[in-house]
Amino acid sequence: MNPAVYDRPAVYLVLAAFLLAAGIYGLIRRRTLIGMLISGELIFSAASLNFMSLNRFVAPDPAVGQIVVLFIMGLAAAEVAIALSIIIAVYRNYRSIHTQELSDLKG
Amino acid sequence: MIPGAPYLVAGIFGCVLLLTVAGALLAVLTTRIIRSVTGLALCSIGLAGLYYFLRSPFLALMEILIYVGAVCVTIIFGVMLSEPDEPKLAEARHREFWWGGLELVVAAIIGGGVAHLSLHGPWPAPAAPAADGSVQAIGVALLTTYSLPFELISLVLLVAILGALAIARGGRGKT
Repeated sequence: MNPAVYDRPAVYLVLAAFLLAAGIYGLIRRRTLIGMLISGELIFSAASLNFMSLNRFVAPDPAVGQIVVLFIMGLAAAEVAIALSIIIAVYRNYRSIHTQELSDLKG
Repeated sequence: MIPGAPYLVAGIFGCVLLLTVAGALLAVLTTRIIRSVTGLALCSIGLAGLYYFLRSPFLALMEILIYVGAVCVTIIFGVMLSEPDEPKLAEARHREFWWGGLELVVAAIIGGGVAHLSLHGPWPAPAAPAADGSVQAIGVALLTTYSLPFELISLVLLVAILGALAIARGGRGKT
């Protein structure tokens, strides 16, 4: 008997790959810093989902993957705090967070 | 057990899957940043449902708590403090079209490659779980095997919060 659709690792792995692709697409396409930050969060989510699916279907100890995903969430929260403060500082100096206008150092 | 319960569970799984995909697409494809944040929140709620199906209700709760409750709210604060919407393009329209196609091709190659690898990869046969992944097991492992990374991540969070305060405060004050 086939396993149910939510017990197949392929569904989760392909969804994680889709999230990674969507995050990379947004990271290239977005033209504001906050939009790029949101796409980066999507990539973090893709990594977390990959860890969780392999943790559920392959790993012998199911606690390890959950702990790794907890660490990823902590790092994502720290990254968002730092990135947003940098974005606010940039906006205060340049009055803009559009990536095409932040090119003062470009030769 | 109620009749048709497997179909009900599969339907809920389909809804969660659809919510994740739709949230990711909404987060990437809109031009208004506030809609993009909403897409990220929807995607996180869908991911929480997926974690529940992966037998980890604890992480489902943490996903909603951290991503929807902290990350999305922080990004909305950032939206309020700056000028978030994407500017109109100055360059020619056909050039934009080709760039969009190139971005799509790059993302499709990466996503398709990773999906192919994960579908055809030599995964080992699923081992019999040596322990249950309960909250108790997570807590014991966090305080014994993984105590050093646990302390380090708290240090990273502390330094990140202090650094965020210092960076965002610079330029204000006595000058």
